[in-house]
Formats: sequence, C-alpha cells, structure tokens
Amino acid sequence: MRKEVEERRFLGRSVRGAVNAAIAIVLTALSVSILFAIVGHIFVNGVGSLNADFFTQIPKPYGETGGGIAPAIAGTIVMLLVAGIIAVPVGIGTAIYITEFGQSRFAEIVRFAIELLAELPSIVVGVFVWALLVRNLTGYSGMAGACALAVIMIPIIARSVEEILKLVPDGLRESALALGTPKWKVVLFVVIPTVLPGILTGVMLSLARAAGETAPLLLTALGNSFFNLDLRRPMAAMPLQIFNYAVSPYDDWHRKAWASTLVLVAIVAILSGAVKFFVRRWKHESN
Amino acid sequence: MTVKNSISRRATKAADPSDRVFTALVGAASTLVVALLVGFILLLVLDSTDSIRRFGLGFLAGSKWNPVKTEINPIVFGALPYIFGTIVTSLIALILATPLALGSAIFVSEYAPSWLGKPVAFVIELLVAIPSVAYGVWGLFVLVPIMRNDVEPFLQATIGKIPILGALVAGPPFGQDLLTGGVVLAIMILPTILSLSREIIAQVPRLQKEGMLALGATKWEVLSKAVLPYARGGIVGASMLGLARAIGETMAVTMVIGNSSTRISPSILTPGYTIASAIANQFTEADSPVYFSAIVELGLVLLLVASVFNIGSRVLVGRIAKREGGADA
Repeated sequence: MRKEVEERRFLGRSVRGAVNAAIAIVLTALSVSILFAIVGHIFVNGVGSLNADFFTQIPKPYGETGGGIAPAIAGTIVMLLVAGIIAVPVGIGTAIYITEFGQSRFAEIVRFAIELLAELPSIVVGVFVWALLVRNLTGYSGMAGACALAVIMIPIIARSVEEILKLVPDGLRESALALGTPKWKVVLFVVIPTVLPGILTGVMLSLARAAGETAPLLLTALGNSFFNLDLRRPMAAMPLQIFNYAVSPYDDWHRKAWASTLVLVAIVAILSGAVKFFVRRWKHESN
Repeated sequence: MTVKNSISRRATKAADPSDRVFTALVGAASTLVVALLVGFILLLVLDSTDSIRRFGLGFLAGSKWNPVKTEINPIVFGALPYIFGTIVTSLIALILATPLALGSAIFVSEYAPSWLGKPVAFVIELLVAIPSVAYGVWGLFVLVPIMRNDVEPFLQATIGKIPILGALVAGPPFGQDLLTGGVVLAIMILPTILSLSREIIAQVPRLQKEGMLALGATKWEVLSKAVLPYARGGIVGASMLGLARAIGETMAVTMVIGNSSTRISPSILTPGYTIASAIANQFTEADSPVYFSAIVELGLVLLLVASVFNIGSRVLVGRIAKREGGADA
C-alpha cells in the first residue's frame, strides 16, 4: 500500500520533470530558430541583388537601375582603419597599465571607466562626438565618424586584452625581471608575444562590432552618395547606406538594403571568423 | 664587488628612464580613457544646462514636445512620451527574452550533453554579432508585416476581448509600434541574458547539486530547488544587463517603432518613440540652441539610466562570483 503511494508520487514527480525538460527544449529550439530565420531571410533576400556593379559602382538616384554601394564599402573600411589606428594603442596601453601596473587606486578607476564606456548606448557616443568635434572642429566628416568608432572600440579592446594579459603566468614576468630586464622590455618582448594571437582576436572583435555601428555615424559621418576618401568631408558607410535604403519608399532600394545587409553581415562574420581562427591556432600552439 | 655594484647601478640607471617613458605612455592611455568618460559626462551636462534650467523636472514629467513656437503653443520640451516608450519596449523585451534565455540556458547547461549544448549556445550567442541595422532591416521587412497581419489581429481577437486588458491592444494594428519594437529588442538582448545566465548556472557548486541528487531528487527538483535559488540574484543581474542594452539600443528600434506619436496611450499597438530613437530622428533637425540642448539632455538621461542598470547588474553578478570564490576556499 505504502509502496504504491510512493510509486505514484514518484511518477508524478517524473512527469513534472519531463514536462519542464520539454519546455526547456522548446524554448531552446525557438531561440535557435530565430537566428536561422534572420540569417536565412538576409541571405535569401539579399543574394539576388549582388553583382559586380554592386561592389564597384556609386549609388544611382531613384529610377535608374543598377548602381552599387562602393562608396559605403570604401568609407567603412577607411573609417575602421583610422578608428583602429586610434583605438588599438590606447586600448592595449590601458590594458597593459591595468594588468602590469594595476595595484594603484587609479587602476581601479580606469577599470571602472572601461566598464562604463563599454556599455554606453552607442547613440550617446554619437551625441558626445558631435558636441566635441563636429560642432566646432571638424563638421560632419569621416574623421569624426572614425573618432566615434574609436570611442566604441577602445573599451572593447581594453577589456579583452586585459583578460588575456591576466592569463600570462607571473613566473614568466618574474624570471624576465630577475634577469635584469627592464619592465618595458618584459611587457613588450616577453608578455605580449605569448598572447599576441589573443590580442589580435580582441582587436578583430572590436572591428567587427564597430563595422556594424550605425547610430553614432548618423551624427558624425553623416553619409555621402559619392565616392569620397577625404576624411575632412562627410563619408558614406555601409550601415548608413542600409538605413537610408531601408527607410526609403522604393522597392528597388529595399532590395539594395537587403543586399547591403548581406554584405555587412558577411564582413562582420569574416572579422569574427578570423577571431575563431586565431583563437584556435593560439590554443593549438600553447598545447 | 665595486665593479659589480657599479654595473648593477648602471643597469638600473639605464633601465630607469626607458621604464619611466613606458609607464608614462601606458599611464597616458589610461588617463585618456578616464578623461573620455569624465569629458563625456561633463560635456553632456554642459550642453543640457540650458534645457535643464528652463524646464527643470518638467522635462522628465511633461508630455508636450513643441520644438517650434506657434501662437498657441510656446516652446516646451517634456520627454515623458519618450521615457514611456523606452520603459514599455524594454519591459516587453525583458518579458519575452528572459524565459527564452533562461530556458535555453537551463537546457544547454543542465539537460543537453556537451556535444549538443555547446554548439547550440554558440549558435544562439551568434545573435549578438549581428549589427543592429541588420535587425532593423529584418524587423522592418519581415517582422512588421507578420505583426500587422497575424500577431496583432490575433492578440486583439484574444486579449482584446478581456475587459481591462483589452485596452493594451486597442487601436488599429500598424505593425510599426511599441510591441514590435519590444519584440526586436527581445531578440537582441536574448544572447546577452543567455550567456550571463549560463556563466552563473555553471558557478552553482557541484556539491549542492550532488547533495540534492543523493536525496533522491529528480533532475527538475535539483534545478528548481538547488540550482535556480542559488543563481537567482545572478539571473536578475543578467536580465538587468539585457535591460541596460535594450534601453540604449537605437537603430533597430528606430526602424520598427513608428516614430510618429508623442501620445501616451495604454495600448502597446500605438506607434511611439524611445529616448534613443527620438535622438536619432530629431538630432539633425535641432535648429535652435534650446532644441539641441533638450536632445542632449535626452542623451544624458539615457546615459544615466543605462549606467544605473549596468552597475546594478554587475553588483548582482559579482556577488554570485564572490560567493563561489568563498565556497572554494
């Protein structure tokens, strides 16, 4: 009798467990399918409009067929390069300061500042760079856009490089110091080379993130439908081009928005894929 | 002895200046980062003083947004509709994303074998890499028609019939409205909540789970009585970080939220604005200094609110990590 009650209770508990497991599976399947839905839509809708002209021509005004997004691709590449030139030394320098000289109170403040900067809404970065540079110094320009992207990249680089520098065993630093090596040589020629692939990963990740930023560019680089590599003038960028095409009322531009989105997602995927490649090679080597 | 001493002294002397230069360089980089944050806040405060002084708390509480002076309406800026839009869309996002993220986190870290769980988590977390404007394009061309033609009429046919709740879904289904904005945000913050929740669930001490199992508990009982209570604070923290990101998200929301009404209505099917989308839409239109100042104050509000949630999240998540450190020792 007692055993029967126990068994029935156990059955109830098992059923409840199975139901909840099923719910977890359904929720997971739903989450996974969202990604496939989005990527699938972008691919299917974008791939049809891709051709050689799309990568080499400037945008045509509405009504004319053809045309491409070459200025936007060039603008994105140029601004990413300039942003990288600004952000990489600052980001890596900050990370070195925190990990190698990091016992001071100031280092704590720096760490906190990085955390806050990393989570700043990107539109606010745009407002800030507008007020700092665009208003009085540069006007709407590629340079201002690059600075906005640099502000976004610096905390990402600093955070990831800090994580990676922490992995370097202290014994390595101490043995180099014990040989009488000055600290800067220890950092630059002993510590950094051991984690170089990891640092590259961090830089690539920050580039991937900056490549897709739209809101700050809206207030700084402004966009341009002509080919322009002059950093002092408004510059086109892929996210801006996508936004302008998408909110336009024309079907042809909507198709181009899909195609540009596909190209942008591909660029981001390649940058992040390069990350995976570096990480794998690095792990392989350290094994 | 003396020779040795002099060598070592020379070595330190030689090392000293170069080390000082290096320290100064990396110190300068760090100072720049701190200066950036301080300059950020100072500049935003400075540029919004005009608006703060003129409208005071009315900026946060008022619901009239009149940038152009007319005979009947003086210039006044009240951001309440934007704040309302931000709160509503972020809450919708949180309500939709948290169960999805938590369910997925539980599945991949507790139920699934690791050959399945890891790739599944990886695939979901890829969502974080998709640029916000791509979500906007997808939302505008795929999600908005679905919402307008299927989801919103369905909601009106079901919830709309219930007396008080019906007001939530009143009005014509536009597709471009607060609900759609919330759905897009939910997708965007899903990977954030998922990856943090996974980290936190992984930090639940093994002993605690094993103890529960040894008492004869089923897998679900272990989860609901040992794992989730331990991780609760951290999961709330994960959701808060998601919330902070939802509040600051701009482009995707701007493209699907409608940007047309500054009316506060109980229906989530009204087109609206969030703070971020208002900045993106109106920034280039700000032709008078006070209009500009009001927009910058919007940015300042956004910055403060997002930072508060961000810090709160860090405190909650950090507490779990610290407890884990204690348990190990």
